[in-house]
Amino acid sequence: MTNHWNDIANADVILIMGSNPAENHPISFRWITRAIEKGAKLVCVDPRFTKSAAKAHIYAPLRSGTDIAFLGGMIKHILENNLIQKEYVVEYTNASFLVDENFKFADGLFSGYDAKKRSYDRSTWKYQLDANGIPKMDKTLQSPHCAYQLLKKHYSRYNLDLVSQITGTPKDDLVKVYKAYAETGKPDKAGTILYAMGWTQHTVGTQNIRTMSIIQLLLGNMGMAGGGVNAMRGESNVQGSTDYGLLFHILTGYNPTPRASDKTLNDYNGKYTPKTKDPKSFNWWKNRPKYMISFLKAMYGNAATKENDFGYGWLPKLDDTQNASWLMIFDQMAKGKFKGFFAWGQNPACSGANANKVRMAMETLDWMVNVNLFDNETGSFWKGPGKDPSKIKTEVFMLPCAASFEKEGSLSNSGRWMQWRYKAVSPPGKAQPDLEIMHELFLKVRKLYKEKGGTFPEPILNLSWNYGAKNPDGTIKHIDAHYVAKEINGYTSKDIEVEDPKTKVKTVMVKTGQQLPSFAFLQDDGSTTCGNWLYCGSYTEAGNMAARRGKEDPTGLMLYPQWAWCWPVNRRIIYNRASVNWEGKPWDPKRPVLSWDGTKWVGDIPDGPPPPGAIYPFIMLPEGHARLFGLGMAEGPFPEHYEPLECPIEKNLMSSQKFNPTARLFGEAGMGVGADKYLSCDPRFPFVCTTYRVTEHWQTGVMTRWTPWLLELQPQMFIEISKELAQERGIKSGEEVMVKSARGEIWAIAVVTSNLKPFKIAGQTIHQVAIPYHFGWVTPPDGGDSANLLTPTIGDANTMIPESKAFMVNVGKKGGIG
Amino acid sequence: MKKGMLFDGSKCIACRACQVSCKQWSKLPAVPTINRGTYENPPKLTAYTWNRIVFSELEKNGKKKWLFTRRACMHCSQAVCVWVCPSYARGYDPRGYVTVDQKRCVACGRCVEYCPFQIPKLGRDDICGCDTLKETPPRLVSYTCTFCKDRLEDGGIPACAKTCPSQAIQFGEPSNLIKQGQIRVNLLKATHPKANLYGKKEMGGLTVLYVLTEEPSIHGLPENPQMGTYPPFDQCTFPAWYSQAIFGGDLPNFPSGADPAWYMQPGIAPAPCPVEPILKKLFVRSKSGGWAPILWGWLGLGGIGAFAAVVWSLRRRKTLEEGKQENNDA
Repeated sequence: MTNHWNDIANADVILIMGSNPAENHPISFRWITRAIEKGAKLVCVDPRFTKSAAKAHIYAPLRSGTDIAFLGGMIKHILENNLIQKEYVVEYTNASFLVDENFKFADGLFSGYDAKKRSYDRSTWKYQLDANGIPKMDKTLQSPHCAYQLLKKHYSRYNLDLVSQITGTPKDDLVKVYKAYAETGKPDKAGTILYAMGWTQHTVGTQNIRTMSIIQLLLGNMGMAGGGVNAMRGESNVQGSTDYGLLFHILTGYNPTPRASDKTLNDYNGKYTPKTKDPKSFNWWKNRPKYMISFLKAMYGNAATKENDFGYGWLPKLDDTQNASWLMIFDQMAKGKFKGFFAWGQNPACSGANANKVRMAMETLDWMVNVNLFDNETGSFWKGPGKDPSKIKTEVFMLPCAASFEKEGSLSNSGRWMQWRYKAVSPPGKAQPDLEIMHELFLKVRKLYKEKGGTFPEPILNLSWNYGAKNPDGTIKHIDAHYVAKEINGYTSKDIEVEDPKTKVKTVMVKTGQQLPSFAFLQDDGSTTCGNWLYCGSYTEAGNMAARRGKEDPTGLMLYPQWAWCWPVNRRIIYNRASVNWEGKPWDPKRPVLSWDGTKWVGDIPDGPPPPGAIYPFIMLPEGHARLFGLGMAEGPFPEHYEPLECPIEKNLMSSQKFNPTARLFGEAGMGVGADKYLSCDPRFPFVCTTYRVTEHWQTGVMTRWTPWLLELQPQMFIEISKELAQERGIKSGEEVMVKSARGEIWAIAVVTSNLKPFKIAGQTIHQVAIPYHFGWVTPPDGGDSANLLTPTIGDANTMIPESKAFMVNVGKKGGIG
Repeated sequence: MKKGMLFDGSKCIACRACQVSCKQWSKLPAVPTINRGTYENPPKLTAYTWNRIVFSELEKNGKKKWLFTRRACMHCSQAVCVWVCPSYARGYDPRGYVTVDQKRCVACGRCVEYCPFQIPKLGRDDICGCDTLKETPPRLVSYTCTFCKDRLEDGGIPACAKTCPSQAIQFGEPSNLIKQGQIRVNLLKATHPKANLYGKKEMGGLTVLYVLTEEPSIHGLPENPQMGTYPPFDQCTFPAWYSQAIFGGDLPNFPSGADPAWYMQPGIAPAPCPVEPILKKLFVRSKSGGWAPILWGWLGLGGIGAFAAVVWSLRRRKTLEEGKQENNDA
């Protein structure tokens, strides 16, 4: 989230699309309700009439997987009716930037497409530069090559008729939503978007969000109170997990994972440190070397020296084109490339797309360690449906671990607040906190390397591991989360002096051995240690900032600067410098996130140094301007509608490119193991299906399916179908039916409801059905199995998140479908 | 000081955290359920489920609506359950809500039968705090929402109001809640012309008020609930243990907070007092019958006792046989 949960209460229009907060993020509704009480409009767009839709002023249905078409129509509406916040768009976005004259778009493809590689040569996706290397601009926005005109041209194709035929949304509803949301283009109005997996889990997931980001920029909603682009996370600490580099392609603080060709630290820093010649561009990532070297010091401590590149060579590297995301891991596992697997706090046998493939892949393992609160379908896969335990060699170890209430530590919520949590009760039996399990495991592994040696022992032997008070012999008495948190914040091993720009007098700001107060003090000479630069400032000499519980709210916007700690540098709303004009006056005087009082900023912690007008507001980008014309996406600079891989219509009405031209298919040579089947426009699978969650269960239900009070509320796998489809298939509500895709089959109880209605898509009647994904065969005995037995192994072209929100199925009475 | 609750249907998101927190706080066991083709579960209020959200789908002029309405004790200020309870097990707390003293309850089922909202349910007397569902009752008693009396006494608020994420359940002074509810209704009128505040007048004023977006009947609530007329209580169905309880001396107390006038309405007089005549018959020589009624009374009691003993021993034998049978089967 760029903003925070409680900031939703500041919005004038709230768009719920690709999410169902009433069901899946109930606490968000405290703030949504408050906004409505103050007069805000709630707009909900969803294939189903959800609990959120039940509370909305405007509801519009759309077919799963057509969000870009829907939003493309909104961009057209905004541009052609001139509803943009002009000053914001001209000054703070790259609308005025001139784009390379060779950049082209025709019939669904941008310039540079290589059909063989299913990827783009992006050399024409760039700005025209002047003699000084600064992008050329046309602030009148008239040049046919400026991003604004290109954008207008691109979305001029998304007219109401076409959009309605693609999405199935009635035209009246489209116009209602467009008008309501475009209202927030007025400088003193703010609109927020709440999205979740309904946007990400598509082959065009990243582009769904890009489309909305363009809208938020056109309407001047970024950086504003009640604005922003807000991803509602699916787990309490999923924000923390990405901040700390749990994904394969990033280290902590979003530094890229080194690739094989980045042989030295110099190669790495050269490649990933952007440069700019524009003096007003703050270019945040120019600091990359400082962050990276301080991170290496946290990894290898005293063993990291200038002479050995601070241990850079010990970091694991990815092959240059390697993708090691979830789908790839299980594809490789299915091919027998893994010996062992730690399933730590997860349940891939139910959560992985095409779960039959995942369950099959696990049979190739020699061993598996299942760290969880309860037994689950992953740990017990060898005795699951259709498995013969006598033929499966995998040895499974179950390590019971502590639940969140049974250990101390921090978590980072969707709004980027790092909040310290205390232990409430002790874990049951022999269950242990994850930290203790890891500690014990690491000590054993290191001992084995010490005693028996091994290939490339340096990364293990040199790993800095000082997470607790020590015994006289140097061993750790007991691992302690506070020591970990302190290293993440970082400290200095020499005095840091700062020179006063006026008097030229140097004073020592941070003394040797002290905790660093902010990442501004990080050095690239190896004198500072910092586990994650984003969290520098969270555990300072003043103490554990995450444990703060101050309730002061000086701005009245519910920023609560003294409550916990927010990255970066306790900034509560990011890009907040875009909430004021060049003079530092807030666009919205009623809800000023920031304002310049003539000598200093008042309000939130601003992005970048004073005074107003000194720097461009979007400091994370080298050009300092937010991108209407995007440079980094696999599919192209402007989001374009492509059909989901499995879809009900033969032709994409927007172009002859039916499906995302850059998404990777497991059917290609060298990918897939035969378990990856896709059937699009196949009469055997006529219905569009989407997966979703319900309030009562969490993820694959490993915790909630063992909780009787929750199971009582949602006891069994079900499928929501429209009354029309039920009639067509002779299905009664409450009856057990079969749901089948190209990959698998499950039973479910039919919930026949008017919450779903057939769509009119390109002249045809298309039925949409929807299934929750929480169930599994381990418990309860009559609960059913995972929805992911049906979902396809196809990923978004940028992130490889599976397309589990739009695929094709059949539904019928038991024995009624082939 | 009176306390009340305001349930705002326009704010309820049917997350049902109130259902879970209710069971968690009162330690009520989960019941095994199945999906019956709806989100709604458990299917009805029982002694194990005191609070439940009812889902109703509506389509009006092509506009779809999905209503979520709380179903739990309304804690009427003039409560039928208190009025019809022959054993004075039901009464009022000074804070305004309806109480049940399960020690006094004789499980006659009149509260279950006559509550205009169909809230009270009978269940065995020891379900609170048990982990699993218990089926066969040794003794039945009446259950409804307790208004989390124990939480209130500790200065807290009822568990459902505490947990509600969208603040659809407000707890506070009844007069404030009425004001607050009226403000909500006035706001809602713009989008929901039928919006209304339910419970201001109903049953002498409900301790749990409702902000409704449609007419009460569409939410499944009676349009104009009345005290109604009730047949007198049949004293013959008093169980033996109840007569014993009489000796404890607790029962004849008039329920605190109840208005004696309700018991005196013409045509719907309370059941001929079951307590005093029996006591009199047992111990006090009447003017007309001399000692005979006392004698007959004791004989009668003895007879009932003997009959009960026979029935009990027969049932016991049957149970033992069944047990044996099961053992043999095993």
